[in-house]
Amino acid sequence: MTRNTRRRIVSQIAVMLCALSVILALIPLGLILFFVTSRGVQSLNWDFFTKLPVPVGESGGGMANAIAGTLMLTGFAALGAVPVGIICGVYLSEYAGTRLASVARFAADTLNGVPSIVIGVFVYAIVVLQMRQFSMVAGAIALGVMMIPIIARTTEELLRLVPQTLREGALALGATRARATFSVVLPAALPGIITGVILALARIAGETAPLLFTAFNNRYWSTNPLQPTASLTVQIFTYASSPYEDWHRQAWAGALVLVSIVLICSILARTATRRLERMNTGS
Amino acid sequence: MRFMGRAESDLGFRIGTGAFAALVLAIVAAIGAVLLRESILSVREFGLAFWVTDVWDPVAHQFGARPFIWGTLYSSLLALLIAAPISLGIATYLSELCPSALRQPLIFLTELLAAIPSIVYGLWGVFVLVPLVRQLETALPDWLRATPLFSGPPIGLGMLSAALILAIMVTPFISSLAREVLKSVPRTQREGAYALGATDWEAIRVALSYGRTGIIGAIMLGFGRALGETMAVTMVIGNSPTVSWSLFSPQYTMAAVMANEFAEAVDDLHLHALIEIGLVLFIITLIVNAFSRLLIWNMNRQTQPTKAKLQAAAVGDAA
Repeated sequence: MTRNTRRRIVSQIAVMLCALSVILALIPLGLILFFVTSRGVQSLNWDFFTKLPVPVGESGGGMANAIAGTLMLTGFAALGAVPVGIICGVYLSEYAGTRLASVARFAADTLNGVPSIVIGVFVYAIVVLQMRQFSMVAGAIALGVMMIPIIARTTEELLRLVPQTLREGALALGATRARATFSVVLPAALPGIITGVILALARIAGETAPLLFTAFNNRYWSTNPLQPTASLTVQIFTYASSPYEDWHRQAWAGALVLVSIVLICSILARTATRRLERMNTGS
Repeated sequence: MRFMGRAESDLGFRIGTGAFAALVLAIVAAIGAVLLRESILSVREFGLAFWVTDVWDPVAHQFGARPFIWGTLYSSLLALLIAAPISLGIATYLSELCPSALRQPLIFLTELLAAIPSIVYGLWGVFVLVPLVRQLETALPDWLRATPLFSGPPIGLGMLSAALILAIMVTPFISSLAREVLKSVPRTQREGAYALGATDWEAIRVALSYGRTGIIGAIMLGFGRALGETMAVTMVIGNSPTVSWSLFSPQYTMAAVMANEFAEAVDDLHLHALIEIGLVLFIITLIVNAFSRLLIWNMNRQTQPTKAKLQAAAVGDAA
């Protein structure tokens, strides 16, 4: 075998190994989607969305309160985190060169890397310990803290993509920096920012660890923000760790709902980005 | 005066938005400060012995965190051992070799893997992966089972399941960061290699070695993520505070012990001991993150034009 054939064979083997690793990664994805769909569909019914959990031994029941809880928790979290994150992102992009911007950017990336359970412990210490009880507010704050850096960095990146000429045009017409940012630059990047927010919501809705000892859990309806609240994720965890067959079924149904939410959000975000890209390259 | 002067308005804008940027900084600082304050009892009581003692007994007020640190580090390292080569293979394939019609769909699928919630991984792990691992464990020949690496009860729940699930979870994360690194390697590097008569693989090796700093950064970010992963690991690792090399032995991690015991911890010392574990996990991930960001930034300084893209990727993957 000449040296060149050997090199060519080595190259082909390496290329095949690379393709193989893609397949290796797609196997668990396929398995997870398969089991979540097949087991989830078996146990998913109308009751799941409308009924409260039933005690052990009785069959039936659903996760209506947990679904509502997840919606409220993510809703409240977004209410706080979206404006804060966007304004933070505005500073990071408009004053990109300043020392505060580089430090804050680094802090945002760091916060993004902090394990979610640590955020839960933090919020437990500052909210739950002070109020002396688990509550929806505490859960929403924990989720909000996780959301801020994601929104801030996404906003920053998208604002940077807005052509500098747009900014300069507004300033040349006599607009103040604030005016130029909020009525010209930000609207131009808005579709992208909304996409980012949707993705952040999908991620936050799937979080369990930061809710375990902030929002805790609740077997009943609770719309009082100062009371413990059920969430889809914590409920799945409780059910999955139980020894009851009936509860396992409920857990799979919950997982199917969660994965569907994530899937829909990803596809929405993807088509939106596609359209955005086409718009940007077209103009 | 009806309108503020433009200069004042601009200054106000800068300060107003700057306050929100400072808020992010304040949150990170507050996490460290609050965790330290709330763990002070345990820090004072046990000092450094906390980190080298094996006994964890809330009833006897004895707290030693060595098994948790061991479990966290061992499971994350094992996960990286599996995930790093596969992630690099994926990144290489998607950025260098893939037919262009397949590229976008494959990228979408790998990113979907990153978007699946941890609790769903955990549920799948408990009911699908763990039974598979149990079968594998019982099928192993006796002479292998006698080695320290494979001793222990073949119950499926344990270090091997935890490492596997962590590997699945961090693979898409590392691979998309590494893909961005490869994308930022200048074309001329590969063209030069091809011009010298290199094969595909040799050209890829040139690109990989050009981007090695960034790739190491990407792997370290994946390590940071694995360290803090909670739900999936808690559900499959077996939750037994043991220090062991065995892949089959049930063990415990720092994040898992917090998830399991926090809501039920009633006495202050127990709570403070758990928060101290949180504090150390926070510090470790802080260091790992800072170091890997530094590596990636360093690499970006060499290849300036794609800086924004890489950062966008880092943010996008987290989302």
